[in-house]
Amino acid sequence: MAETPGSPRPFASEPKNPATEDPPLVRLALISIALLFLGLFLFIPVIAVFAQALSSGLRAYLAAIVDPEARSAIRLTLMTAAIAVPLNVAFGIAASWAIARFDFPGKQSLLTLIDIPFSVSPVISGMLFVLLLGVRAPIGGWLAAHGIRIIFAEPGIVLATIFVTFPLAARELIPIMQAVGSEEEEAAIVLGAGGWQMFFRVTLPNVKWGLLYGMVLCNARAMGEFGAVSVVSGHIRGHTNTMPLYIEILYNDYQYAAAFAVSSLLTLLAIATLIAKHYLERRVIPKTQAEELAPKVAA
Amino acid sequence: MAVTTRRTNVLPGFNLTLGFTLAYLGIVVLIPLSTIFFKTFTLTWAQFWAAVASPRTIAAYRLSFGASLAGALVNSIFGFVVAWTLVRYEFPGKKLIDVMVDLPFALPTSVAGITLTAIYAGNGWLGRYLTPLGIKVAYAPLGVAVALTFVGLPFVVRTVQPVLQDLDKEYEEAAATLGATRMQTFRLVIAPALIPALLTGFALAFARALGEYGSVVFISGNMPMRTEVVPLLIMSKLEQFDYAGATAIAVVMLLVSFLLLLGVNVLQRWSSRRLAA
Repeated sequence: MAETPGSPRPFASEPKNPATEDPPLVRLALISIALLFLGLFLFIPVIAVFAQALSSGLRAYLAAIVDPEARSAIRLTLMTAAIAVPLNVAFGIAASWAIARFDFPGKQSLLTLIDIPFSVSPVISGMLFVLLLGVRAPIGGWLAAHGIRIIFAEPGIVLATIFVTFPLAARELIPIMQAVGSEEEEAAIVLGAGGWQMFFRVTLPNVKWGLLYGMVLCNARAMGEFGAVSVVSGHIRGHTNTMPLYIEILYNDYQYAAAFAVSSLLTLLAIATLIAKHYLERRVIPKTQAEELAPKVAA
Repeated sequence: MAVTTRRTNVLPGFNLTLGFTLAYLGIVVLIPLSTIFFKTFTLTWAQFWAAVASPRTIAAYRLSFGASLAGALVNSIFGFVVAWTLVRYEFPGKKLIDVMVDLPFALPTSVAGITLTAIYAGNGWLGRYLTPLGIKVAYAPLGVAVALTFVGLPFVVRTVQPVLQDLDKEYEEAAATLGATRMQTFRLVIAPALIPALLTGFALAFARALGEYGSVVFISGNMPMRTEVVPLLIMSKLEQFDYAGATAIAVVMLLVSFLLLLGVNVLQRWSSRRLAA
């Protein structure tokens, strides 16, 4: 456990222990190195986004955000997330229930398979859907013949987003479901509750923070995905642009201030995500279990 | 399929949830993924080889692997320092930093890409001081390494931090009591406990960097043979409707990613065994 100055030490009057504490000079040097590194790679970029966004003045900033093309990109981004997040969260709940509550052969392989989208490059993720559903592919050709266009249109963007955000909710929910344990649910069933009754009254309240945590992470990635969506979008201006794609178009058009204005919205989303993540992390596991669980989580 | 093997399980919903899980996994992940392998089998060996071993592809591998390796190494060193200061020291702003470390996970890659480019371009905040020194970052291989360092930054910090937090100070006290200097304690007691986590973080950062597209596309300048990474090369082949070439290169990259994933799994098992011991 990390020792904070406020936490009571076993021997409060004990002098600083040279065996476990670093010399002040080493301490100062390491803190400086850490701050410099993070300042260079995290803080300067965040400040730069807002500085560039406002570089042409507040009026230009607002104009860039309310531009019809910008609004259309924002709408598509919100719509994509509104489809991808609930689907992947539903999957997360089902997968975590099956994996955390039951034993079955092939469980370990299933866990590995769920992780696959994490290890596939975004460009390759998008490409999978072009190969499967593009007009030259068998399935895509058949769909195109029936007037259904998926690649270079919105459905392709939604599918690619679902693929890249696929593991996020499940990955968060599986360990939480395991940690909470099944005693309360078993008690509910033995006392005569039905399956859905148990789910809504016992399971869901127990994992609700973890669920929200998974949703926040899934949403951030869904709204911010660029590579996979870029492959399937076909760059049809004002029609199939999500916010990250629209940023690329503005940037390549040398409309830097506008590109950064739209970027600043996504940066605010990222910051909100980080804050939500910070507050949710502590609530994810019900307090009573948190103590006995600590070593398990680390392992 | 047997419902339980361990004990009688009174909980409902096994068939429903596992069925849904497998169906969804199949539709969203496995079927799309299988297309790439089917497509590969339609290529002739000559076609495949021409795509994966052309000079332009080799140059892209070299840059992708080199810059990812550089980024992962930088992240291992500085990520370790960050994790150490976050766990062991108190200083103002510590909480803010702890929260901010995950920024590269949350920030869309295209935002990161244009921002880093703006900072390191010739007239940018940092670029204007680096250019007179003859250091070119944006539109050069160094810029690719900078972007890949950014995207991999959280991995080492977040794998080392929990292990360091759980490391009992009693061992360090015992080492000191037995006459070890602080440096010896670090080298012989602390470092061995952290190495599996550090390697895991390194491998994760490396794997993430290899596949990265969004943040690199802006800062690299995309010059074939010079600043083109593998995902960019796949993208440009797709844009020219050279699906065969794109597939061949993608298969090579997928196999590398799966090998890395396997390596990370082995490392994590090693790590948890070591912690349990």
